[in-house]
Amino acid sequence: MIDRLLVANRGEIARRVFRTCRSLGISTVAVYSDPDASAPHVSEADLAVRLPGAHPSETYLDAGLILAACRAAGADAVHPGYGFLSENADFAQAVLDAGLVWVGPPPAAIAAMGSKVAAKRLMAEAGVPVLPSLDPAAPGEFPLLVKASAGGGGRGMRVVREPGELAREIESAEREAAAAFGDGTVFVEPLLEAARHVEVQVLADRHGTVWALGERECSVQRRHQKVVEECPSPGISAALREHLFEAAARAARAIGHTGAGTVEFLVKGDRVAFLEMNTRLQVEHPVTELVHGVDLVRLQLEIAEGAALPASPPEPAGHAVEARLYAEDDGYLPQTGVLRRFEVPGDVRVDAGVESGSVVSPHYDAMLAKVVAHGSSRGEAVRRLATALRRAKLHGVTTNRDLLVRILTNPVFLAGDTHTGFLDPDGPVHGVPTRPRPAPDGATSDGPGGEPAGGLPALAAALALAAANRRDARVLAGLPSGWRNVRSQPRRARFAEAEIVYDPLPEHITVLSAEPDTVVLERDGVRHTFEVARYDGDPKVYVDHAGGCAVLTPLPRLPEPVEHVAPGSLLAPMPGSVLRVEVAAGDRVAKGQPVLVLEAMKMEHRVAAPVAGVVSGVHVEKGRQVEAGAVLAIIQEEST
Amino acid sequence: MIRSRLDPASEEHQRRRASMLAKLAELDAEHARAVGGGGAKYVERHRARGKLLARDRVELLIDADSPFLELSPLAAWGSDFPVGASMVSGIGVIEGVECVITANDPTVRGGASNPWTLKKSLRAADIALRNRLPYVNLVESGGADLPTQKEIFIPGGQIFRDLTRLSAAGIPTVALVFGNSTAGGAYVPGMSDYVVMVRERAKVFLGGPPLVKMATGEESDDESLGGAEMHARVSGLADYLAEDEHDALRIGRSIVRSLDWRKRGAVPLPAREPIYPADELLGIVPEDLKVPFDPREVIARVADGSEFEEFKPAYGVSLVTGWARIHGYPVGVLANAQGVLFSEESQKATQFIQLANQSRTPLVFLQNTTGYMVGKDYEQGGIIKHGAMMINAVSNSTVPHLTIVMGASYGAGNYGMCGRAYDPRFLFSWPSAKSAVMGPAQLAGVLSIVGRASARAKGLVYDEEADAAMRAMVEAQIEAESLAFFLSGRLYDDGVIDPRDTRTVLGMCLSAVNSAPVPEPAGFGVFRP
Repeated sequence: MIDRLLVANRGEIARRVFRTCRSLGISTVAVYSDPDASAPHVSEADLAVRLPGAHPSETYLDAGLILAACRAAGADAVHPGYGFLSENADFAQAVLDAGLVWVGPPPAAIAAMGSKVAAKRLMAEAGVPVLPSLDPAAPGEFPLLVKASAGGGGRGMRVVREPGELAREIESAEREAAAAFGDGTVFVEPLLEAARHVEVQVLADRHGTVWALGERECSVQRRHQKVVEECPSPGISAALREHLFEAAARAARAIGHTGAGTVEFLVKGDRVAFLEMNTRLQVEHPVTELVHGVDLVRLQLEIAEGAALPASPPEPAGHAVEARLYAEDDGYLPQTGVLRRFEVPGDVRVDAGVESGSVVSPHYDAMLAKVVAHGSSRGEAVRRLATALRRAKLHGVTTNRDLLVRILTNPVFLAGDTHTGFLDPDGPVHGVPTRPRPAPDGATSDGPGGEPAGGLPALAAALALAAANRRDARVLAGLPSGWRNVRSQPRRARFAEAEIVYDPLPEHITVLSAEPDTVVLERDGVRHTFEVARYDGDPKVYVDHAGGCAVLTPLPRLPEPVEHVAPGSLLAPMPGSVLRVEVAAGDRVAKGQPVLVLEAMKMEHRVAAPVAGVVSGVHVEKGRQVEAGAVLAIIQEEST
Repeated sequence: MIRSRLDPASEEHQRRRASMLAKLAELDAEHARAVGGGGAKYVERHRARGKLLARDRVELLIDADSPFLELSPLAAWGSDFPVGASMVSGIGVIEGVECVITANDPTVRGGASNPWTLKKSLRAADIALRNRLPYVNLVESGGADLPTQKEIFIPGGQIFRDLTRLSAAGIPTVALVFGNSTAGGAYVPGMSDYVVMVRERAKVFLGGPPLVKMATGEESDDESLGGAEMHARVSGLADYLAEDEHDALRIGRSIVRSLDWRKRGAVPLPAREPIYPADELLGIVPEDLKVPFDPREVIARVADGSEFEEFKPAYGVSLVTGWARIHGYPVGVLANAQGVLFSEESQKATQFIQLANQSRTPLVFLQNTTGYMVGKDYEQGGIIKHGAMMINAVSNSTVPHLTIVMGASYGAGNYGMCGRAYDPRFLFSWPSAKSAVMGPAQLAGVLSIVGRASARAKGLVYDEEADAAMRAMVEAQIEAESLAFFLSGRLYDDGVIDPRDTRTVLGMCLSAVNSAPVPEPAGFGVFRP
C-alpha cells in the first residue's frame, strides 16, 4: 500500500493527483521550482520539496533531484503526471530501483513506445492499423508528414506538399528534433488531411485484464495541441468504435502495458491509422472519468498497488466536453502576468493549476485550467461548458476564453463535424459567424437609438469608475456625481478601446444602480447586470456580464506631452561655451562617459552620456556658445 | 421630522410646477448663452487653433466626476455685454482641494475684461479670501475693454491687490497662462504665488512690440518680450513651462496637490437624504408672490432626513426658525412664512441669531418677505426698533450666512433676512425671486398717490389717463428690474439656481465655508430696548 506519494509534476495535474490521494488517505509530497514556490499545488501538499532553479531541465526534468526529494520527504511512491518525466523509461526504472512504487507502466512498455519508428513497427506486427512509412528518397504520394521519432507536441514535425521541399524539410526537422529530444531521427508518412483525432483510453492491471475505456475525440487543435476534447466522439460509427477498442487493447497488450494509457488514431471515413501511444495519464482524462463514472488516478494507484480490475469496464453515460483554458492571445502567443481573478461558475468541473492571484510565469506550459462539463447529451454538455466559460471571471492575463466560446458555439462544431484542421485560419471558426445568441447579451455595439460606443460594458465601466471617484472623494463626496449648475458638456469616459458619453444617456438606457463594483442598466426594458473589477497595479477595468468579459483601459484625462527633443538628446544644463568635445559621431560610449565639457561661470561642467550607446550626432564644436537647453549631442541607446 | 402637507397631485401644485419649469427653461437658455461664449464662429476659430475652451479647461482641471458650482454665470445679463461677462468662475475640487477657479473666455472679444468681468472677478477673489479657498486663474485675456476703461481702470487695481492679500492670508494663488496676459493683465501672473505658462502660447508683457517701439524705439517681438520660454528661462516669471494646455492643467493639479491643503472648519456628520423628493420643490412657490407658502415644505426637501427642530414655533409665527443639518453640517434656518415681519418675528430672529453665534452654527436664510409691517399700531409698537435689532444681529453675527431668495425680497426685509448688503458668504436666487424696495404695484401706487396729492395741493386737475399710463410704465419697469436674471446680471447674487439643486448648492457652500476656521465669536452692538 502506498503511504506517501510524491507527484513529480506541477500545476493542475499535481493538484488532480493530490485530490485523489486525499480521498484515499495517502499523504502527499509536492516538488516545486523557484517560480512555483507559491503555487497552489505546493500549498495543498502535505510536504513540499524545493527544486532550485526555474528551467524545467534543472527542476522538474531532473530525475536525480526528484529521487532525492522522495528520500528527503519519505515518499514511497511516485506519480509522474503527464509531460516532464512521465514517459522517461530510465526515470521509471530509477524509481523502481530506489525501492519506490512507480505509478505507471513497466519501463519496458514506456521504452517500446518511446521511439515512434519502433512503435509503428511493433503495432503493425500486432495487427494495429498504421500508416506506411515512406522512403524519403521515393515517397510517391504528396502531401506528406515528416515526424520526429522521439517527438511530441508538434516539434520536429513538418507538412511537405512539394517534392522539391522534402529534403530541406527533413533536414530542418532533424535539426529541431535533435535539439528538442536529443534524437534527430525522423520518418515520413502520408499526410491524412481533414481527419479526426480519436483516441482510446486503455487501462491494464498486472493480472492480464485490459480495458478499452471509451474513446475521446480531440480533433479541435491548434499548432498540434488539443484545445477541446470530448467523450464519446460524435463522428464515428459503433462498428468503427469496436474496431478502435480492439486495436487499442491489442496495442496495450503488445507492449505489456499496465496502468493508464492512451492509444491515438487518425480517422478519416473508414480509414484508421495508429498515431502513437501515450503510456501515462492524458491531459484530457476527465471527460472519460465523467462519462464512465470512474476516478482514473485512483485506478492508477490501485493498479500500482497490485489490485485487479473488474473483468469489464463500467458503461458510459451521457457526454462530456473539456476545454483547455490557455493564457495566450489570439495568435496563440503565451501570455504572462498576475492572474488577478480566476473564477469559473456553474455546474462544471475545473481542474486548475492556478487560483486568483497566481502569477503566470513564462517558464512552463501556458495552460491555466481545464473546464469540463458533463451532460445527458452532447448539446447539453456543450451548452453548459460554453456558458460557464462565458461567465468565468478571468482577469489580469489574456486567455483563449473567447476562442473557446467561439468554438463551442460554432455551428460546424455543434454538428460534430470537426477535424484536425478545424482551427486553421481558413477553417470554420474564423470564416463562419458564431451562432447568433437569442437574447441581447449587452455587448452589441450599435443597438437602436444611439447606443454608446463600446456597448453597455464600456458604459458600465465608465459609471463604475465615476462611482469609485465619488466614493474616494476627500471632499463633497455626498454630492451628486458630476453635478453642475451650468452644464457645458456631456460627461465622457475615454478608454483605449472606446470613448463614451455616460451623462446624459440615451432615452432607452436607464441606470438602475451604479456602484464601484456593480452596475445595473436597463435597456429597452431589459435589465443587464455588470460586475466591474479593478486591481492595484493593473490599469485595466474588467467588466463581466452575461456575454463575457470586456477589458477596458482608461486613458489619462491629461495625457503626457509629446517629447520635444529627440530621445537621447544631451541638453546644455546652462548657457556657456563648449570647452572640449570628447567624442565624435559614431563613437561608442559607456554610461557616464564624458561627452563634452562646457565652461560657464568660470567653471567646467562635464556633460556625460546618460546611457550606454552610440553617438549619433554632435551638434556643437569647441568654442561654440550655447543657450541653456540647446541640444549638444545625441546618444542612441544601445538596445539590449 | 417635518410632516409634509403638500399634495403634489393637486391642480395648484401642478400649476406652480408648470410655471417654475417655464422659468427654468428660460434660465437654461440664458446659461446656454453664457456657455456659448463668443458664438459658434469664435468658438470654432479657437478650437481650430488647437486650444481648449474656458469650460473645457475647467472641466479638465477639476477632479473627474466632482461637482462644480459655477458662480455669477448670468453676470452682465441685461447689459451691453454678453451674458457671462467673458469669464467662467466657480468652486471646484482639484486633487481633493476645493478651490475658487476663474477662467477667461477668449472667444468673447478675446477674453477682454468689461465692468461686469471686473465685478465677477472681484467677487471670486472675495469668496476665496473669506472662505480660505486656494485661487486658480486660467488666464487668456486681451486685457481691458478699452471703451469702458473708465469703469475698469481705477477699481480694477483691486484684482492685483486681492491676489497678494490672498497670498498674505496664507491662501495660495495659481495662474495658468494659456495665452495673452498683457499690460495690466501681466500682473495676474505677476502677483500669483505659482505661475505656469504654456510654451508658444502664453504671452505676458507690459507693452507689446508696437508700444515698445513707440516708447523707446526698440525693435522687439512677442516671444522675446513675453514668451513662455523666455519667462521660464530668462525672467523667471514662469515657475513651470508647460508643453501644451493639457500639460499646464496637469501641472496646475500637481501644484494644488503639493499644497497638502487641510480644511480648518467643522467636519460634517454623514449626510442623509431628505425623506421628501427635491422634485416637489418645483410646485411650492405660487405664481403670484402675494400668496404666502410654508417654508417648512422647502426645509423638508433640503434638510438631512427632512428633520427640523423648530425653535419658538408658537411665537412670531410669520418667521420660522430652527435647527437642521444639510449634508451633515449643522445649520440654523430662518425662513419667512407669512411674508411680513412683525415685532415678534424680529425679536425671535434676534434671539435665534444670537443662539447660533453662541453655538458657532452657520445660518441659512430662506427669503420670502414683503418687509417689516407698517401702520400706526406697529410704528407705535416699536417696529423700527425691533427691525433694527434684527438687522443689528444679522450685521454683527460672525457665523457664516447663506441666503436663498425663494420669492419676494422687499423693503428692509431684504436687509433683515441677510440680503446682499449684509455680506452672506453666498447668496443664490430661485428663478421665482424678486427683490425691490417694494412690490411694483405698491411702488406705482405710491407714486400715484403722491402725484395726486401734489396736483391737489397745486389746485390742478389730476390727469387720470396719464396716471394710468405712468402706473403701467413704472410697474413694468420695477417688475423687470426686480427679477432674478436682472439682479443676477448685476452681481447682486451668486447665481440663479434650480430649486431642486438647493440642497446641493447649500452643501457645496457649507463645505466651502468650512475650509476656513470656524470664526471667532464677536460682541454685538447695543440692542435698543
